[in-house]
Amino acid sequence: MKEPVMPGAIPNPLRSELDRRLPRIAGPSVLVLFGVTGDLARKKLLPAIYDLANRGMLPPGFGLVGFARREWEHQDFAAEAQQAVRENARTPFREDVWKQLSEGLRFVAGELHDDAAFDELARTVRELDADRGTGGNYAFYLSLPPKLFPTVVKQLKRSNLAESEGAAWRRVVIEKPFGHDLQSARELNAVVDDVFPPHSVFRIDHYLGKETVQNIMALRFANTLFEPLWNRNYVDHVQITMAEDIGVGGRAGYYDGIGAARDVIQNHLLQLLALVAMEEPVTFSADAIRAEKEKVLSAVELPDDLAAGTARGQYAEGWQGGEYVPGYLQEEGIPDDSATETYAAMKLGVSSRRWAGVPFYLRTGKRLGRRVTEVALVFQRAPHQVFSSVDVEDLGQNALVLRIQPDEGVTVRFGSKVPGASMEVRDVTMDFAYGQSFTEASPEAYERLILDVLIGDPPLFPRQEEVELSWRILDPVEEFWAKAGRPEQYEAGTWGPASGHDLLSRDGRQWRRP
Amino acid sequence: MTLYLPRTTTSEITEALTAERHSIGGGALNMVLTLIVVTDEADHYDAVRAATEAGREHPSRILALIRRDPGAEPSIDAEIRRPGTSGPGEAVLLRLYGPLGDHPGAVVTPLLVPDTPVVAWWPGVGPQHPAADPVGRLAHRRITDALRAPDPVADLLGRIRNYEPGDTDLTWTRLTPWRSLLASTMDQPSGWVEAAEVTGEPDYPSADLLAAWLSDQLQVRVERHTSDGPGITGARLITEQGDITLQRQDGRVATLSRFDQPVQTVALSRRRAPDSLAEELRRLDADEIYERTAKHMAALADRSEEPV
Repeated sequence: MKEPVMPGAIPNPLRSELDRRLPRIAGPSVLVLFGVTGDLARKKLLPAIYDLANRGMLPPGFGLVGFARREWEHQDFAAEAQQAVRENARTPFREDVWKQLSEGLRFVAGELHDDAAFDELARTVRELDADRGTGGNYAFYLSLPPKLFPTVVKQLKRSNLAESEGAAWRRVVIEKPFGHDLQSARELNAVVDDVFPPHSVFRIDHYLGKETVQNIMALRFANTLFEPLWNRNYVDHVQITMAEDIGVGGRAGYYDGIGAARDVIQNHLLQLLALVAMEEPVTFSADAIRAEKEKVLSAVELPDDLAAGTARGQYAEGWQGGEYVPGYLQEEGIPDDSATETYAAMKLGVSSRRWAGVPFYLRTGKRLGRRVTEVALVFQRAPHQVFSSVDVEDLGQNALVLRIQPDEGVTVRFGSKVPGASMEVRDVTMDFAYGQSFTEASPEAYERLILDVLIGDPPLFPRQEEVELSWRILDPVEEFWAKAGRPEQYEAGTWGPASGHDLLSRDGRQWRRP
Repeated sequence: MTLYLPRTTTSEITEALTAERHSIGGGALNMVLTLIVVTDEADHYDAVRAATEAGREHPSRILALIRRDPGAEPSIDAEIRRPGTSGPGEAVLLRLYGPLGDHPGAVVTPLLVPDTPVVAWWPGVGPQHPAADPVGRLAHRRITDALRAPDPVADLLGRIRNYEPGDTDLTWTRLTPWRSLLASTMDQPSGWVEAAEVTGEPDYPSADLLAAWLSDQLQVRVERHTSDGPGITGARLITEQGDITLQRQDGRVATLSRFDQPVQTVALSRRRAPDSLAEELRRLDADEIYERTAKHMAALADRSEEPV
């Protein structure tokens, strides 16, 4: 069954395609937030909900229910939420907006396995329907570790919250990780799928909500300038980097045994690869875009020799940014003999006419030189150079860099004559920066994603198929690493282990310094 | 930092702007449009501030034209606010003396950002035929504000007669939150709308535009009632199943009541100038709904003037 994009049953006479001033507003609904006392809820979700309200994108009939294991009353939750909003919201705090939002705030205290708590939750949302006119539409946001999903989903089913009546909808939002390999991803999906139909399941990869990631499609498909170059005839190779300068910190318990590849490559980097490498979708609809992403993910190939085509490392103690930081094995909560990688790099191919023979190098790591995420298309050298080799000594390969974060923008690197009497060519860059300017007014990734959930607009959410395809790519690498002993150490604050650099130098290339 | 160039020429101004870019390392020209503000000494401070704030969302070169003594010798005094002092874009205040005040087009032409759209904004009383105005002619989008005229409704009606694609008025922009809320009430299944009412200050064109919009979109009769304001104070959709009413007495918070639902309060603040301006700059193509609504409003006004 296909849900209407706008909640109204008949075409709304007050809306028109031509009237583009009217924002997309969510219909009446309740958002139930599990794990509301967690970091994500405090730093991102609650502020994002307030920002949506402040921008006028939440309907008057909106309810927000927090569920957690705290002895809180509604007003305690409201006070906590207000604190979180004041600290972390992007838009200024306005009393009127807060008042409107807080009238729909409710809190349910209880354990996840407690039947009574879920009966209370069911009563609370139905009360909201009556008091606030939220229309029986519920979205359940599971900001919880995946191992708790089965309990919650079963409870939702038992308390009749999962089934909708009439035109009302039910949606469930889950956060990564979507499993830790293909097998577990399928099991996790089976749990959710058992209760919610596939079109009601929204998997959040907050990267896809970022303006700069959405801009990849605008850049590629709205322009004529880039598309002719976007293939093996001109592109020498592609580098996708997501580097963090922080260590494992408070996530030790989760991170150990998972590692960089499962944490970042499986979702963020492969999604970026899909957006960069996919063919043009037939339309800009969710199904068309996902179809293209699935096609390209299914065409991804691993190198034949995994030892030469992948690299991994573990950060050792060192000086980073003026601070002496401990190594991974010295971090609290990490066993001394941990073989978890904090740096992962791999060379992938895409077997299609467009990309045959063009390697995609992916790397991610913690405690690297600086925090940066970017996609760089490095172009082939000019096939023939009229200038003497001395003149073009400083000239590198042309490159197009999509900077995802921070300092969002696009850079083009090309050669230019150095002023002076001699003919010398050197690399220069041409730069488009979203700057402080655009991003200041642009919504946070979570804002966009929460609104899309409430509206029921799915293009920015990966489907189960995509999740399984990414695990299919990563599983053989993980199996190989599991047998290959412990990862190589690299000094904190550097750009990763020697094997990471060898991965490219073997092919006569090198990593950009982002 | 602000640079003052008294008794200057446009080529000196252009040179100063270019030198500026070189001194900060020749960064890319990130500006997406040129915003010409046609204003006077009394208004320019608030207008440039609003433009700068809107510029955070739309980095632009702001050219503020301030007309001075028409009897003086022709000359230009320029004040250049560098990028970063007041926003990501740059602002140039141009004081035009003498007969130069009649030829503002000649002054701004060399200063427009190459290959980007031009927007003209009259924060005070605007021209009756914006597209024929010397500055309006250069612009892709022309923003006026009928509310500033002595007789706002007549001012708007007069301008509607000269409408050309690209014209827009802030009395329409201020209405967006109301329209958006009313539209969202009808996202849920509701009965057939049989009539509607709009209440607001007299001489408040936004209220008449709202009435015209409802009447045009819903094809029903809309009554216009007056109140003491501020601005629009209420709108009611009368459906076959019951009323949908939106009331706002204090200009800040509205109450929404719907026949099948409990009464709710909604934050519905009156809009500040920078917010309205930022919305105008978001899309620079012709606003067809505004055209339809404004022309419908003119038709309704004509009809009501006819003797019964």
